[in-house]
Amino acid sequence: MIRIIPLLATTTLAFVSCERRSDIEIANEENILIVGNSNEPKGLDPHLVSGVLESNIIRALFEGLVVDHPSKDSDSVDGVAFKDQIEHSEDFTEWTFYLNPEAKWSDGVTVTAHDFVFSYKRLLSPDPNWPAKYAEMLYFLKNGEAYHRSKLGHILCGNDPNFPLVWETLKEANFEGDSKIKPQKFKNKKFSELNEQELKKFSPYLTGEDTPDFDELNSKGSDLEALSTANKKVLFNSIGLDKLNRKQLLHLKDNLSLIKWSDNITTEVKQLVIARILSHHDSGKPKLWDKAQVGVSAINDSTLRLKLRGPTPYLLEVAKHYTWYPVPKHIILKHGEINTAYSSPWTKPENIISNGPFKLKSWRTNHLLEVERNPHYWDAEEVKLDGIRYLPIRNYYTETRMFGDEQLHLTYTVPSELIPLAKEKYAAELRQESYIGTRYLRVNTLNSPFDNPKVRRAFALAIDQKSICEKILQGGQEPASGIVPPFGDYKPPGLIKFDPEKAKALLQESGYASTSSFPDIDLLTTNSDSGLREAEALQAMWQKHLGIKVRIQQREWSTYLQNQYDFNYDIAVAGWIGDYLDPTTFLELWVTDGGNNNTAWSSKTFEDLLRKAEKTSDITTRMSILSEAEETMMNDIPVLPIYWYTTNYLIRPEVKNWNPLLLNNHPFKFIEIDKN
Amino acid sequence: MLRIILSRLLQTLVVVFLLVTFTFFAIRMMPGNPFADVKALTEENKAAMERLYGLDKPLHIQYANYWKNVLLEGDFGDSFSMKGRKVSTLISESFPISLKLGLFSLILAMSLGIPLGIIAALFHNKWQDYTAMIIAMAGICIVTFVLGPIFQLSFAKPLSWLNVAGWSRPSDVILPAITLCFGVAAYLARLTRGGMLDVLSQDYIRSAKAKGVSQLNIITKHALRPALVPAVTFLGPAFAAIITGSFVVESIFLIPGMGQYFVLGIQNQDYTLVLGLVLFYGILMGIANLMSDLALIFMDPKLRNS
Repeated sequence: MIRIIPLLATTTLAFVSCERRSDIEIANEENILIVGNSNEPKGLDPHLVSGVLESNIIRALFEGLVVDHPSKDSDSVDGVAFKDQIEHSEDFTEWTFYLNPEAKWSDGVTVTAHDFVFSYKRLLSPDPNWPAKYAEMLYFLKNGEAYHRSKLGHILCGNDPNFPLVWETLKEANFEGDSKIKPQKFKNKKFSELNEQELKKFSPYLTGEDTPDFDELNSKGSDLEALSTANKKVLFNSIGLDKLNRKQLLHLKDNLSLIKWSDNITTEVKQLVIARILSHHDSGKPKLWDKAQVGVSAINDSTLRLKLRGPTPYLLEVAKHYTWYPVPKHIILKHGEINTAYSSPWTKPENIISNGPFKLKSWRTNHLLEVERNPHYWDAEEVKLDGIRYLPIRNYYTETRMFGDEQLHLTYTVPSELIPLAKEKYAAELRQESYIGTRYLRVNTLNSPFDNPKVRRAFALAIDQKSICEKILQGGQEPASGIVPPFGDYKPPGLIKFDPEKAKALLQESGYASTSSFPDIDLLTTNSDSGLREAEALQAMWQKHLGIKVRIQQREWSTYLQNQYDFNYDIAVAGWIGDYLDPTTFLELWVTDGGNNNTAWSSKTFEDLLRKAEKTSDITTRMSILSEAEETMMNDIPVLPIYWYTTNYLIRPEVKNWNPLLLNNHPFKFIEIDKN
Repeated sequence: MLRIILSRLLQTLVVVFLLVTFTFFAIRMMPGNPFADVKALTEENKAAMERLYGLDKPLHIQYANYWKNVLLEGDFGDSFSMKGRKVSTLISESFPISLKLGLFSLILAMSLGIPLGIIAALFHNKWQDYTAMIIAMAGICIVTFVLGPIFQLSFAKPLSWLNVAGWSRPSDVILPAITLCFGVAAYLARLTRGGMLDVLSQDYIRSAKAKGVSQLNIITKHALRPALVPAVTFLGPAFAAIITGSFVVESIFLIPGMGQYFVLGIQNQDYTLVLGLVLFYGILMGIANLMSDLALIFMDPKLRNS
């Protein structure tokens, strides 16, 4: 026992005489940038990730058609394609990209237009086992959505120029199916007991005498012979022509009225549609890539042509997103098939090949991910850094301390409690910049009291947004007047602001006699400290200005998410960061049954405006249509905006060319460590 | 002796089996969804993920498959959240780090706690005793997430050769080890004191004193071994707990140890990771207890027959 003490003493002394230079001094000499990246990346496959921290790494490893401009939002520079050679049709629906023949993968193989075609085909894969979450980023491509969602009517009939009926008319028929009338949603209910709102859902599909029996549907749904006609109508229309199985299609052939068509469709056409879909089933459901004619093609090795679903003047903004990056066809096919998703073997450190300014050097789980210079990168001479080290620092206090101790060049964030300290001690290193995102409250409009828009509006106007920004967050955030943050040419309608008098008046009007008759409401938030403080502020504001006390419900992350997906909440704090610089990245979330909607709010007017904007090529007109769409939405107010995001972080003075960018996606090829 | 070892091992196996079974079913009852993400999952995506990880099979088949993989192939499965990483790799990479930190901590704790306890016992009810016990109490009460940052700011910041956090230099082990050792040292001090007091009041010690044996020899040759029995009993499980990593210390000092995975596994609802950790920890605990018992038998002849 006693002998251990001298042993400890000598080992300690040995440490003392070790490395005295700080991590930063060593890294600066080696020209390596050390960044805090908040957590361990879930993967490096650009088609299978969805997080910001993963995109920080993917941006260094891969490169798309164009690259973010280092200092100007809404602008771009050469990527794999030559920016100044890009051509587009006058209505912005057809684009041609000429690729740099010097663009190479990190194994020396040339990047070709075929890699892009392969990549888009991969991301859009309709394979039911392909778990890509961001495939919709490629819906800008003509027929992209149809291919991804196996819209058989569209692909087999709509794309055929010789089909006796144009798709514009044919698509009135119920190809998509209607999830609102899914039998499972009406378990244990009787049709005769449904209220007016529920009955309306069925009216497009049933005639007067039809009386579906939900019990029978839910128990015997697959036995077509046993079901009544009314039941079959509900079943078939909930599924839709695109997804009926073979047995159902055969049955439909002899009973055309089981599906809702439209008046302009003749019996012959109906039979033709069914025949085509049936033959697809009969021939073993072959891959539909060619029939789908998705709007991406390689004219030759270095020319890529894109055909879009509508005028898209902002395409280059979209193309900066990592879902539009190429992936190496030759490497992916070497380690699996086009859709091998399970642990993406091609992304293992010993396999991965990429085309960006850096390539993967090492990846120690939960410890360090390191990238190094890619000598085959077409612009390698311009790249100043020799490598980047990403540290998965989950504890943001530790991250700030590490910055102060010269272990990092750049932090991921600064926790709001430390911002006053940072302003004092690290005034020169602290950056507080606008970040394109909105913090808002998602409202479940299915349940009272939030089914009443006046109540929703009252809650929105009772939020003292400025106080939250200035007293609680202190990160330079701005009160949000709507769901889309202001940027570039977009003019937000600006309908929401703090107005406690109006809030009180609205609550009165909404018919709740007194605040004691108000139902109990739970405010759902995450289990973080800052989330709690924010929630407490909201709770206090609603108490003060409306006299209503909500209960705060903190849940850990995955439960917090799942509760919203399951509509198991009243009102929840939420946020959204834009994927590209266009209002649609915020507005498209709110379409009917959108995966990230979860408010049960739905508006045909709103969606029609979005579709109209999709067809408008004039930039100014388009922006005002989108502004109108946002106004329509904020009149109904299914979400309550709180503030627009900023990003707060610490950066050492020797890091150059790290400029404020709304999307915060700084291109690493331009970053330099200035040793002077 | 052999009988003891075998019976202990058998006990361990039974306990581990029960532990893993319980965890297997308990974790599936958690609300939420292992694949939930900010970007919504479509029904098809969710079904695809479940198929990929075998969650669409009936529960008893999943359970049987799990044991089959573990026992026949030593395969603890793939982690749900750390894509493409095998659970066994995650454990084998992070455990040595936690082990190193844990051993350092333990040695420090023993060097601090045991002498403190002995001194307290020898100067029973005098100021040395009270001081020692106050220090021990402080060690139990002041938690790691207070101590850690205090050390970071008081020592690491001003000293250029000591990093605030990370695991890239040999010196990175010092501060976290000191932070971790206080709690164990405090318990060791109290247990040693209690054990020592008990032994010192025994008849045979009085006889030794009467026979003229020196104070030093009384302590080292006659009293120490039996006095350390309570401490050693405690050390077994404490050892297992420390070497599997402390989540808090690893988070504060950015150490890529095993402790983080315990919490991350639950937060991410990573079934395979949690099960693998429980299995590993259970076996480790069993071995630690066995070692503890063997050490006791060696130290106190009275226990040899039981």
